[in-house]
Amino acid sequence: MIHPTPDWSAIRKDFPILDQQVHGHPLVYFDNAATSQKPSAVIDALVRYYERDNANVHRGIHELSNRSTNAFEAARERTRKFFNARSTEEIIFTRGTTEGINLIANAWGGKFIKAGDVILLTEMEHHSNIVPWQMLAERTGAKLRYVPITGDKGLLDLDKLDSLLTPEVKLFAMVHISNALGTLNPVADLCARARRLGITTLVDGAQSAGHMMVDVQAIGCDFYAFSGHKICGPTGIGVLYGRKEVLEQTPPWHGGGEMISTVDYFKSTWNTLPHKFEAGTPDISGPIGLHAALDYLDAVGRENIFRHDLELATYAYQRLSELRGVRLFGPKGERGGLVSFLLDDVHAHDVVTIADRYGVALRGGHHCTQPLMKKLGVPSTARASFYFYNTKAEVDRFIEVVKEIQKFFGV
Amino acid sequence: MNDDLNDLYQEVILEHAKSPRNFKVLPDANRVAHGTNPLCGDNYTVYLVMDGDVVRDASFQGSGCAISKASASLLTGTIKGKTRAEVEALFGKVHDMVTTGHADDSMGKLAAFAGVHKFPARVKCAILSWHAAKAAVAGGGTVSTEGNVPKAE
Repeated sequence: MIHPTPDWSAIRKDFPILDQQVHGHPLVYFDNAATSQKPSAVIDALVRYYERDNANVHRGIHELSNRSTNAFEAARERTRKFFNARSTEEIIFTRGTTEGINLIANAWGGKFIKAGDVILLTEMEHHSNIVPWQMLAERTGAKLRYVPITGDKGLLDLDKLDSLLTPEVKLFAMVHISNALGTLNPVADLCARARRLGITTLVDGAQSAGHMMVDVQAIGCDFYAFSGHKICGPTGIGVLYGRKEVLEQTPPWHGGGEMISTVDYFKSTWNTLPHKFEAGTPDISGPIGLHAALDYLDAVGRENIFRHDLELATYAYQRLSELRGVRLFGPKGERGGLVSFLLDDVHAHDVVTIADRYGVALRGGHHCTQPLMKKLGVPSTARASFYFYNTKAEVDRFIEVVKEIQKFFGV
Repeated sequence: MNDDLNDLYQEVILEHAKSPRNFKVLPDANRVAHGTNPLCGDNYTVYLVMDGDVVRDASFQGSGCAISKASASLLTGTIKGKTRAEVEALFGKVHDMVTTGHADDSMGKLAAFAGVHKFPARVKCAILSWHAAKAAVAGGGTVSTEGNVPKAE
């Protein structure tokens, strides 16, 4: 699908929250890697659902239950199409990326990971793609191994990959776009190399879904997890894509209603995919809001979004690099829409506190990547992360504020 | 620069953050406590030489933001010569000041931290080394600002 270049200023007006003053300054929202803002189309879809259609799904005979079930399953089909999965059986609704990874670590990992097996991760993973595997390793006696990164540029050291992909490796779990560095990893290539050796693959898509074209078949991963709230959807809804052949071999995780076919006092049988993995009354408004978000993103065009975010990140990186006393992290070239940086002699939290008083919302801290921060030798970084409703003028404003901060601290 | 920021980053705070006092290890310390703020990575160790109940010398090491570093710097200067009970009482006053903005005349230079109360997210920065000092006078240990109520382990 070819999209004309969008009218970015008209798009910005679709986000009511952006039109406000914070501490007496126009809001510059640069914390999109943490969560995105929501367009009216998504907010309206939630209101419409609760005002007209709210009922439990998959069990009612009455009209409202039919409507909510149809809307819930339509959201699943919309998600399938968005990521080019082959079947809605491969689309499992979760609470977010973290829950998707935990589901795999527990249900799939519990069955297939044994003592002595190796789980391969990368050094730039978010805690959510480290801790569930540590817990699994603890339970099973498996080992963790990491693909190293190369210095501040934050690229994976792929020369080392072949020597790391030994026969003991049963799973390779990797982040698509690093939330702390902006690195865009070549996941299709990584998954292909793993697949040739029969290794199962999981891609953490928290920062890539909705920010670029993602085709799970083209990537060739077994699992891909993301969160709706980072791509204009509501909080509390996420999706785990799983390749059907793998999901069929994977036992359920949570037990309860919805995930069963028959229940006896002593034995039960499981529902078909994807319901086998969705115990209990699900978040119903979440998928409905997510559906509206995916429609919205496709109307803007994901190639447009990727190009726009990359332009802002490249511009911000360039402007920051022109200032003295700025240390920049992550690759210089193609990357996700965020810039991680440190000012000499100014702690990231002081940067963020002062920027906030100028209406600029940044993030400062370890970004849930403590091992990566240790590896980089820093306690934390400040991060500006962009989405398609941000503007170049906002980046200019951000740079002026960074200069003010440097002046304030006399550096 | 806006007024709230000037209240937060007072001259004395910026100066102590840039040139912290007592910023060293005390080789003859007999009380050591460690304070961390896991959410932002602030990390300090407070060293005390205590003679009975009295703090004879105090120092600190570690890294963190301007507020936490200046706070540790002023703290180590302030508690020298004070008894355990006096340090604990002062902790209460500092805690009260950074959460309410109220500073009485006895606070001296510490009153510079009164502006922190307008920045609720930064209260834990100002109070971190005080938690460590409180743990140190009580015998040492590790304190963390994770959760609402930092507690000694």
